[in-house]
Amino acid sequence: MMLIARRNFVCKFTILGLLAGLAFFSAVQSAKAEYADVVINNYADAAGMRPAVFPHWFHRIRFRCKVCHADLGFKFKAGGNKITMAKIINGQFCGACHNGEIAWSVENCSMCHSGVPGLPTHFHGSTVQRLIAPTYKPLETKQ
Amino acid sequence: MIIIKQTRFLSLALLLAVPFMATQVQASADSLSGVTAVNVASSVSAANTFNRNLKKDKVRNAAPPEDGIHDPANDSTHVLQPPLEAFEGFPPSDFGNYVDWVKTLDDGIIQPRWDRKDPTEEPFVMDLDIVRPVKASVPDVVFPHRQHTMWLACSNCHPAIFIPQQQANQINMSAILLGQKCGVCHGKVSFPITTKSCKKCHSKPKPADWEPPLSEATLKNPWR
Repeated sequence: MMLIARRNFVCKFTILGLLAGLAFFSAVQSAKAEYADVVINNYADAAGMRPAVFPHWFHRIRFRCKVCHADLGFKFKAGGNKITMAKIINGQFCGACHNGEIAWSVENCSMCHSGVPGLPTHFHGSTVQRLIAPTYKPLETKQ
Repeated sequence: MIIIKQTRFLSLALLLAVPFMATQVQASADSLSGVTAVNVASSVSAANTFNRNLKKDKVRNAAPPEDGIHDPANDSTHVLQPPLEAFEGFPPSDFGNYVDWVKTLDDGIIQPRWDRKDPTEEPFVMDLDIVRPVKASVPDVVFPHRQHTMWLACSNCHPAIFIPQQQANQINMSAILLGQKCGVCHGKVSFPITTKSCKKCHSKPKPADWEPPLSEATLKNPWR
C-alpha cells in the first residue's frame, strides 16, 4: 500500500514537471521577439531584478562580432559568461563600452534589465529551441 | 452482466458525444448569425487550420513592448528602439531578423566598427572559398572566408571550432542543428537553418559525373 502511494506521488511530480516544462517552452515559443535576442538570467531573478535582454541586432549595426567575441572575451554561449554587475562596473564584458564614454553607463538599470521576470536564460528563436518544442501545436496566447 | 456493461458503455458514449454535438450546433448557429469566420475558427479546434504547415509569423520584428520577452510594465522597455525603425532600407531576407546582414554590410548601409574605440580601423578580409564535397545528393558546400572575415577574427573559429587543415573537420547537419561546428553561430545569431536557407551553403552543383557513394555497411557493422 505504501509503495503504491509513493509511486503515485512520484508520478504526480513527473507529470507536474513535464507540464511546467511545456509551459515554459510554450511561453518562449509564443514570444515574437527578434531573432538572436538573448535573455540572461544567471543571477537577476535571485537578486530581485528583471532578467537582462541583449539584442544582437542592435549591436551588430554598430560593431562587428569580433569586437565582443574576440577582444572582450564573450564566449559563444548564452549565459556562459557569468556576467555580474561588479565585473561590468570594473570595465569587463558590457562595461567595456557601457561606461558613459562609448555607450550609456550602468545607472540605466532597466534598459538592460527589461525582460519578463522568471524567463530562463535562452537564445530567442534559435534552431535548438525550435527543435525541442516543435510548433505544430498552436498555442493560445493570454490576451 | 453483459447487459449492464453495455448500458454503461452506452451512457459513457452519450456523455462524451453530448458536448461535441453542442459545440457543433453552436458553430452552425454562429455562422448563421453572421459572426465572422475568425470567431468561428477560434471556437472550433485550432489544430485543423487551413494549410497549417505553411503558417507564417504574423508579426515580424515586433517592437520590444509587444515581443513577449520584454516586460511592458518596465518603463524603459518603451524607450528601446523598435527593430523595424532600425531596419529601414536594409535588404530583406526570408529568415532570422528578415534582414540580409551580409548585403547590408557589403552595400555600406551600415558601418559597424572593427575596433571598440577606433572607427577608422578596417578588418583584414581574406577572400578564400573552401569547397566541401557532400556525400549526399544535395549540392556541395562552399564556405566563403570573405563574408566571415568581414565580421569575425580568425581566432573566433580557429582552432577551437574548426581545425585549419583539410579533411580534419567532420561536419554533418545533425551536429549543426544541435549547435556545434557552423551551428555555434548559424541557428543562433547568423542566418538560421530553415528550409529556405539550405542553398546559402549548399550552393555548388554536383559535378556531371557524380554518383551517390556505395554504402559502407556490412553484416558485421551495419551502422556505417
